[in-house]
Amino acid sequence: MRNAFCAALIDHARRARYFFLTGDLGFMALEPLARELGPRFVNAGVAEQNMVSVAAGIVRAGAPCWCYSIAPFCYARPFEQIRNDVCLNRLGVHLVGNGGGYAYGSMGATHHALEDYGVLVTLPGLRAYVPAFDADVAPCVRVMSERAAPAYLRLGRSELTDERELPPYAAWRRLLEGAAGMLIVVGPLAGSLLRATRERPYASRPTIWVVSEIESGGLELPQALYDDLARAGALGLVEEHVAAGGFGALLLHRLALEGRTLPPLMHAHARGYPSGRYGSQRWHREECGLATPQILESLARVRAQARP
Amino acid sequence: MSHWAPLARLARRRLLRMHFESRIGHLGGNLSALDALLVLHHRLMRPGDDFILSKGHAAGALYVTLWSLGLLSEEDLASFHGEGTRLAGHPVPGWSERIGIATGSLGHGFPVALGMALKRHLEHERGHLYCLTSDGEWQEGAMWEALIFWAHRRLPNLTVLIDVNGLQGFGSTREVASMEDLGPRLKAFGLAVVDVDGHDHEAIAAAAAAHPGALILLHTVKGKGVSFMENRMEWHYLPLSEAQYAAALGELEEPAATLHATGASA
Repeated sequence: MRNAFCAALIDHARRARYFFLTGDLGFMALEPLARELGPRFVNAGVAEQNMVSVAAGIVRAGAPCWCYSIAPFCYARPFEQIRNDVCLNRLGVHLVGNGGGYAYGSMGATHHALEDYGVLVTLPGLRAYVPAFDADVAPCVRVMSERAAPAYLRLGRSELTDERELPPYAAWRRLLEGAAGMLIVVGPLAGSLLRATRERPYASRPTIWVVSEIESGGLELPQALYDDLARAGALGLVEEHVAAGGFGALLLHRLALEGRTLPPLMHAHARGYPSGRYGSQRWHREECGLATPQILESLARVRAQARP
Repeated sequence: MSHWAPLARLARRRLLRMHFESRIGHLGGNLSALDALLVLHHRLMRPGDDFILSKGHAAGALYVTLWSLGLLSEEDLASFHGEGTRLAGHPVPGWSERIGIATGSLGHGFPVALGMALKRHLEHERGHLYCLTSDGEWQEGAMWEALIFWAHRRLPNLTVLIDVNGLQGFGSTREVASMEDLGPRLKAFGLAVVDVDGHDHEAIAAAAAAHPGALILLHTVKGKGVSFMENRMEWHYLPLSEAQYAAALGELEEPAATLHATGASA
């Protein structure tokens, strides 16, 4: 998605004048953007606190500003700068974190972002964008720019090789209809789940929704989602993020406050490092039940238990 | 002292009254910063210039400065620290052009001012940035990140003033962090560093006018103007008793004529 992001911002630069700050990251990826923006592409160095505050100042002075690092460096160290300088001042800084979840795999725990959007959407006015596919990145850039409010874009790696038949980008999208339960997925995992199930017969595949925009106070759920929930024999929530503060918690809170009756439920989410050992993104997903077969088995199990 | 002395006395009296009536401390660092704030806002800032109070705990001195310009009313000052106020103990945003951002947690105002200056510089826009920091604030790592960035970028449209009163919340800056040589440390980054008496209005104005893009070390006295507060760490926090308030006013003769735009007296 990083290349899609770079291409989207180059395209965006032809319509809008903005600044781009990087925390010394983007080698072999962002060079074309640097050439496009000239002096408005700023390597702010290995200093994320300063980078976020400077970005707030740039927006305060009247220009849009994007602020890029790998996901964990983008939100954790400069959290107070995001809270105070960006959000309390209602400045539309666009934070971009590359490699959400376990994406940096065996680079180790410091390079993972397992609680990023959950932490950030507690802040006033901040909305997190989690594209699932390469094709989502440009629309996310467009929506973030138009909204001009504090935002966090979590980039990953698309898990779908052929994106031609996807429905157009929306905060909520139904990717697949089926009768074997319902999955609501955050981010690129949706691609793997779609690949694994779309050739199955209708009766044995789940309905799959993907959500790409998360905001603590403003989840706007489409009516079609409610309709699908009412029909679903089981519900699975899937996210490469810890359970506390994550999308699942936000959605269930919202549905509970609305008094909705929920189908039997499973929640597949990041669980940190249960064994204390490290590996690829795939390895970590398997360790916490986030691999595609595990998710589908878990959903099937919940469905089976719910049957009389 | 120059003809600004009456304004400085008037502002001090009003600051003391505001803090006394609201039973709020933080007077020491407000009194050390007040002269610089008066000089900046009365003499140096031009239309299009901006100011960021990085040492947000000097909000009282900023509010009184804005009052002295007629930009805040007596009613505004009476609401200081009260219920439903805009005049919180540390500046909150969204209601005054002179209060560009929320500050209070130290180490934020300087890098935000840097971002504003960077944008204006690269876009060839007019408007100078002034930022007032405390000396203890330079214990925050974010300040040094910002300093590295500024030294590298050489932005001439930003002036950072440091209120060097030598005292912080629980000790002196020398005892807590060996900061008695802050000036040489800053100079080592390759930026212009200017030392001035932070209570001499003429010196502050001359230094700021002569050295845009510099760090100006304001050598100040915490609690300046009230003898029993001067250089006393406890006045970082303590509120005034009635007797102390009366004694403090007794040391600050009321000016014969008010100089500020509102015509109000303290």
